[in-house]
Amino acid sequence: MRVLFSIVIFSLAVIFGFAGYTRFGLPLIIPAPPPQEAKISGEMTMDQFIALGKTVYEGKGTCTLCHNSLGRAPLLEQVAQVAPERLADARYKGEAKSVEEYIHESMVKPSAYVVAGFGKKGTNDTVSPMPDVSGGAINLNAAEMAAVIAFLQDVGGVEVTAQIPTGEAAAPAAEGAAPAPAPAADAKEALVKFGCNTCHMHPLIAEGGDMGPDLAQVAATAGKRKPGMSAEQFIVESIIDPNATLAKGFEPDMMPPDFAQQMTVAEMNMIVAAILNKDAAGGKPQ
Amino acid sequence: MNFLIRFLSEAPRVALAAAVAAIIGLAAAGGGEPLAWLTQEAWADESAAVEEKAPEAGQAVEGATAAAESEKAAADQPAGWAPMAAPKLETKDYPIVSGFNSRLSAWFAAQLHLFFAAFVLGVPIFVWVIELIGLLSKDVRYDHMAHEFMKVSMTGFSLAASFGGLLAFMLIIFYPDFMKYMASVFGDVMILYALLFFAESFFVYTYYYGWDRMDSGGLKWLHLGLGLGLNMAGMALMVLSNSWASFMMAPSGLGPDGAFLGDVWAAIKGPLWNPLNLHRFIANIAYGGSLTAAYAAFKFLTAANDQERAHYDWMGYTSFIIAIAGLLPLPFAGYWLTKEVYDYSQQMGITLMGGVFAWLFILQAVLIGAIFLSANYYLWCSLGRAEASRRLYAMIQPLGIIIVVAFLIWFTPHTLIMSSWELTQVGGAHHPVLGALGVMAAKNTAVNILIIATFLSYQMFRRANIAPAGSGFWATHGTTVQAAVYAAALINIVALGIYSYFIPANVRIGLSVPQVSTTAVTLIVCTIMDNLIYRDQRALGVFRWGHMPVRSQYALFMLAVSFTWLMGLMGYCRSAIRQHWHVYTVFRDNSLDAYTPTLPFAALMVTIIVMIFMALVFFMFWMPILASKKKEGGAH
Repeated sequence: MRVLFSIVIFSLAVIFGFAGYTRFGLPLIIPAPPPQEAKISGEMTMDQFIALGKTVYEGKGTCTLCHNSLGRAPLLEQVAQVAPERLADARYKGEAKSVEEYIHESMVKPSAYVVAGFGKKGTNDTVSPMPDVSGGAINLNAAEMAAVIAFLQDVGGVEVTAQIPTGEAAAPAAEGAAPAPAPAADAKEALVKFGCNTCHMHPLIAEGGDMGPDLAQVAATAGKRKPGMSAEQFIVESIIDPNATLAKGFEPDMMPPDFAQQMTVAEMNMIVAAILNKDAAGGKPQ
Repeated sequence: MNFLIRFLSEAPRVALAAAVAAIIGLAAAGGGEPLAWLTQEAWADESAAVEEKAPEAGQAVEGATAAAESEKAAADQPAGWAPMAAPKLETKDYPIVSGFNSRLSAWFAAQLHLFFAAFVLGVPIFVWVIELIGLLSKDVRYDHMAHEFMKVSMTGFSLAASFGGLLAFMLIIFYPDFMKYMASVFGDVMILYALLFFAESFFVYTYYYGWDRMDSGGLKWLHLGLGLGLNMAGMALMVLSNSWASFMMAPSGLGPDGAFLGDVWAAIKGPLWNPLNLHRFIANIAYGGSLTAAYAAFKFLTAANDQERAHYDWMGYTSFIIAIAGLLPLPFAGYWLTKEVYDYSQQMGITLMGGVFAWLFILQAVLIGAIFLSANYYLWCSLGRAEASRRLYAMIQPLGIIIVVAFLIWFTPHTLIMSSWELTQVGGAHHPVLGALGVMAAKNTAVNILIIATFLSYQMFRRANIAPAGSGFWATHGTTVQAAVYAAALINIVALGIYSYFIPANVRIGLSVPQVSTTAVTLIVCTIMDNLIYRDQRALGVFRWGHMPVRSQYALFMLAVSFTWLMGLMGYCRSAIRQHWHVYTVFRDNSLDAYTPTLPFAALMVTIIVMIFMALVFFMFWMPILASKKKEGGAH
């Protein structure tokens, strides 16, 4: 019995050693939630559309899995700038006529032009290893691809020609998703609907938390936080990409990263306006 | 049942591949292995150069071909029947049973089923080989040992079946639409699978209970035939169930909407099926060996006399060699499986090795490192059996230092995800000194040295109690030649490692081949030289089975527990890389549990399951002891 006891204690020590190393010896990475279709409806500004493109680019699109500094695939920051050269290249096999069309073609027919050194092994850079992002596991819809194009044009420093989709193309229903909750009627309802009061304080909500910055104070400094970025742009970025700029004294990864998928444009506008102490139309609240 | 004919025509290839791997593994201490190929940077590097053999979306046969095949499939069926498209479920479609979490329940049942299934499929393979060795060598000790291994595994059969039944119920209860869809593709395979249990039961009971009666002459060969039947039935069960798992990861034989096209063989033989078959076949042998080693260790520690202690020491050593011999070729199979994952879907491959699962492979390195350390420790303790081994003790310390340093380099991560404060402290994303060790150049070098050092430990044990007796070249200069071979190999491996720092990543990945080849050649050549050196030998002292310190037996427990934890972790990994898909790219998981859990959460689940499993293993070990006590009681 003593032997059995010793073996059990030893085995448990080994088992808990591995579990403990996993918990305390490795960094905690919280995987992204399953991707949802981006909702593009209402009056979305181009800045919001570009910001959405960035979210898709880094999230559902999984573009950064390969297009990163590890050299798995070409970096895309300058793709919009070099697109005209590629269209004129003798190796180009596609049908695009413009930068926008070229980027779109690269997403759905990646082999139309393969950057030297990044083709499939043995194909002499004629076949791309990249999948068609409109199908398979990535499955971006037309609106999401347009947002990514707008983002890539923006970071490439060229004119953004990708248009914000309207009508049916703007908001394809997420396949198999639960029905979306009713949109909030006003800013107060929107702040509560998305649980902002859990961590933030704001005059519109009675009891707020203090785990995030006091939203009543944001308007005074938002326009000065990032050079070249307006107060409105800064707040939109902070909502859809909460870790982009962290307020002093607050931890990263505290705020849900998927508000771009959860909020309608109208709700986003109402919240931004409330934080800026304006009404949604741009004036002072009544 | 056309697929059955094609399955049978394919079976010899699968069996041959598996047999080759087993032979490589069973050539004790033979074969080097590119363990580091399984670390993140290697795959990150390789990803730029992989080919995609199969299309992404559902591995579907596209366009007109798919439509034609779909129509053909429907034409063979009753009027109005159409193949079932992959369902598009909503959260409400998943049943909720109060008090049970669907994913955790299925995870729990599946992993426990797989632990026991791996054990009971692996043990009969080496039992059969050991029985054959006993018959051919006419050494009855092998026969007794094989019988005892079989006795230990008998409770495992019923536990594997019980957890298999539990898993089936969990899936039907919590994922009825998924099971319906899977049945629409694999219905006849599932029926065949269930029927094969009758064959498995027939062979396992006749093989085990007929052992004493069929112990000589023609009956012994008949008994070996039953053992072969048992292994064939087990192999068939394994490859059929593997086809479901590989289909979920890389579906094939489907139309664009995920509907089955009617050719079940196309669905079975997806791109990952054979890699998974080979990987599990080898892993089952290694795992079976590690658990029977733990059983022998337990019996050793509770032995009543020296004779019993000697017997279980020998049994533990044999099991240990089986486990390590299975472990050595396992990464080759893992490499093939992961390469096929990349070839099937680069996105899935990068998610596996360079995405959210990348840290899991650092943990894997720690676990395999723990296995290597315990294996070497056991081999050093084994020197105690040989009276004349004291002269070799001086080698233990340098070997230990080499192994620990190689292990530490191997699990040094390449890219760390750090906070800004940590980045400031470290001085960048890569540590100025240790960062150089996190790349493949260092890891490949370290792992090859680790393998060679482990082989040296084994070689020390083999020659602990003997000396060459002849006067020929090999007897007098063989060891010097061997030392020169080791030195040349180490210089080559280290030089290639240093050189690979200065070349592009896509060229660097190719250098792992000469490094591994160097290791493999060294091991083979030195094994051949050993046989030449000791063709004529003399004993330097008495060799005593049973003369092992108590702590050496804990190394065997460490091996078994680490192996079990590793299996649980990698089983989770294989399943989780599907992410939010029941069937990758075809059938989306829209349940509440479709998210990928954090690594600590997965580790906690693995820990709980391993603890339950180890408790059941002790129960399994206790059963034959209980039976022996009753027999002894009856004799009095």
